[in-house]
Amino acid sequence: MREIRVDQIIQKISQMCIDCNYNIGKDIEDALARAETNEISPIGKSIISDLLLNSQIAKDVQMPICQDTGMVVVFVEIGQEVHISGGVLEEAIQQGIRDGYEKGFLRKSVVSDPLLRINSKDNTPGVVYYELVAGDQLKISLAAKGFGSENMSKLKMLKPSDGMEGVENFVLNTVKEAGPNPCPPIVVGVGIGGTVDKAAQIAKKALFRNVDESSPLPHISELENRLLEKINHLGIGPQGLGGVNTALGVNVEIYPTHIAGLPIVVNINCHASRHAVAYL
Amino acid sequence: MSIIKIQTPLTDESIQNLKAGDQVELSGTIFTARDAAHQRLIETIRKGEDLPFELNGSIIYYSGSSPAAPGKVIGACGPTTSYRMDEMTLPLLGLGLKGMIGKGERSQEVIEAMQTHKAVYFAAIGGAGALIARAVKKNDVIAYDDLGAEAIRKLEVEEFKAIVVIDAHGNNLYETEPVKYKATT
Repeated sequence: MREIRVDQIIQKISQMCIDCNYNIGKDIEDALARAETNEISPIGKSIISDLLLNSQIAKDVQMPICQDTGMVVVFVEIGQEVHISGGVLEEAIQQGIRDGYEKGFLRKSVVSDPLLRINSKDNTPGVVYYELVAGDQLKISLAAKGFGSENMSKLKMLKPSDGMEGVENFVLNTVKEAGPNPCPPIVVGVGIGGTVDKAAQIAKKALFRNVDESSPLPHISELENRLLEKINHLGIGPQGLGGVNTALGVNVEIYPTHIAGLPIVVNINCHASRHAVAYL
Repeated sequence: MSIIKIQTPLTDESIQNLKAGDQVELSGTIFTARDAAHQRLIETIRKGEDLPFELNGSIIYYSGSSPAAPGKVIGACGPTTSYRMDEMTLPLLGLGLKGMIGKGERSQEVIEAMQTHKAVYFAAIGGAGALIARAVKKNDVIAYDDLGAEAIRKLEVEEFKAIVVIDAHGNNLYETEPVKYKATT
């Protein structure tokens, strides 16, 4: 048994919330730099230059890249040899979010009840998923998920006979309908298979993968490339004002499913795809 | 492309001359309001009470900034997606709202009301909150402080960069630009 204290977790989560909101990931920065080079729309090119300038300012001044500092989503992989001491894991994660959003001057964007809509004033709770794995480590993957893009996400229970073509059409139509709203160039997370909830969960998980990283499965990696090309042929472009950079990447995750179904979820992320990974 | 400098409040004449695609720099006063603040504004109008700021001639910026760090005027303050405010925008245009800054499409009803009442819709770059913050010189909450990030703020801005995306004649950059880059295959 390896012991991990909750105060280590609180501190780590707090630091990750601040870091990912101030410092854009290298995968996104590189992808934006490539987009700046190959964008043919003059408006689009100038928008991408401004986005790169924006991430530089955020980094230099240490302030958030975007005012929507998101709702926090955490995937925790707990090694079964780990013993959490000094408190409760879930509470530690929420406390870490609370601390990070306060210390980092991040926006508190969470309402405690979706219908009564009273701001919780500390950005909690975040959405936390747990997975029990082998080993004695704790892996924390954290994202600050903006909602302009979250709102453009979609689910559909396709028929098995819809197959690959049905999948591609659904993704393309979702991106087309989203248009300028999710702050393109976007990152597209796709979850295929499982149940209605599993498809949504793996679509979210897909957004944690770097945009320059392909699926290890050949047919899925080909699907990702095909979708990226087709999406960038839509013409939507940076901020929806036209261009050849509508998406920076497409990440697809799959899971086994039932003989009667082909669930699919498209979870869209903005260009400020903020995610971080840490090990304790 | 040349940049058009605009001083608030917007006049009908300056609005008539703005065309979709124009790049502008706004200086003067703008008011932030997003979802919850719009709901309250509409409620206030319904009750026949006074609004917290003079709507006639004003510009509303759909934005909820992040908190200002010590020594800073404001935190990140980019635009939020505008369509969520569409229905609530119609009565505001009727009462003299002249400009909106946000991002993303507007409904046909809003575009038509903009033509009827002579108003303009600007886009700021979504996700460029740190860059946009440099244009904000003064930042005061003037209403609905209890809404936190959604309170109404009066911002004094200098050379706030924006693009006219839908003008008062119904021209819409979101319709005219993307088709130019759509691949035919």
